[in-house]
Amino acid sequence: MRDSFSAGLGIFPLGIALGLLVVQAGLPWWLAPALSLSAFAGSLELLLVGMMATVTPLAAIALTVFVVNFRHVFYAFSFPLHLVKHPVAKAYSVYAMIDEAYAVSASLPESERSARRLLAMQIACETYWVGGGLAGVALGAALPAPIKGLEFALCALFTVLTLDAFRSRQELPSLLLAGAGVTVALVLTPGIALFTALLLFVALLLARHALTARRPAEETADA
Amino acid sequence: MPSTSYLTAVLVIVFTITLALRALPFAVLRTLRGSAMARQLSVRMPVGILAILAVSALHGTITQDPDALLYALVSVAVTIGVHLALGRRTILSVGLGTTVYVILLNAL
Repeated sequence: MRDSFSAGLGIFPLGIALGLLVVQAGLPWWLAPALSLSAFAGSLELLLVGMMATVTPLAAIALTVFVVNFRHVFYAFSFPLHLVKHPVAKAYSVYAMIDEAYAVSASLPESERSARRLLAMQIACETYWVGGGLAGVALGAALPAPIKGLEFALCALFTVLTLDAFRSRQELPSLLLAGAGVTVALVLTPGIALFTALLLFVALLLARHALTARRPAEETADA
Repeated sequence: MPSTSYLTAVLVIVFTITLALRALPFAVLRTLRGSAMARQLSVRMPVGILAILAVSALHGTITQDPDALLYALVSVAVTIGVHLALGRRTILSVGLGTTVYVILLNAL
């Protein structure tokens, strides 16, 4: 539970923003919790509200969902799903593998991870998200304008988690490769920077793996 | 206002695609488990992915308020400074960093 408080600090305000947006876009209030439960992916939901308000064709929506959420494919490599044994719990854990849940689990050292801790954190995250959305809907009529700048909490959270993950695993080359990937992505494809950056980062890691894997193989061949 | 059937269709599409993207890689990985590549990636990926998420969240913040670049950078520095100086208490670091940003953005 304690793991999720800091994530909640990022998630809850974002949920409020979503609720406010739904009301401001003239969409029915139940859409905020319904979106949160069906997608459970913050940045995508904020994007979708605008698209739904203008009745964007379903095919365009499907493509957007695919591109924006494609990053989850990469989480599978290092998300500690093997800790969760029960099939239902496992299914829930996969469904609730959001950025924040991945980030919090990735910043923990191996020895401190457990199925109970992981699931409690994920359930708490979902509660914050749905609760934030409902609070935002309720605020929608009352507040003249949302408080600007609360979305920075998400950036601060990821920054802090990067620092913690770096402390438990000194992976400077990976950090540099990620930096290169995100820089190129921001310059070339600012609209879908996250998608491109992750793709580049994985490509660079695979290249690095291919380079480092060949060397010991040659040594054994020589000997 | 969009019809309820349209909204429902969107919800179904979003749920299906997102869940597939989260679940399918695990099924594929089962066949790769134990391979040196999968093991190496699982160690090397987290730090980089977190850094990318941090940068893209920063980018998103700045796109919302283009004048706020300096405030955002100051707030990131505050967040990092607090985190390293005051014993890595995540809630404190995130809370103070965000407070600084909100104050800078709204008061200046």
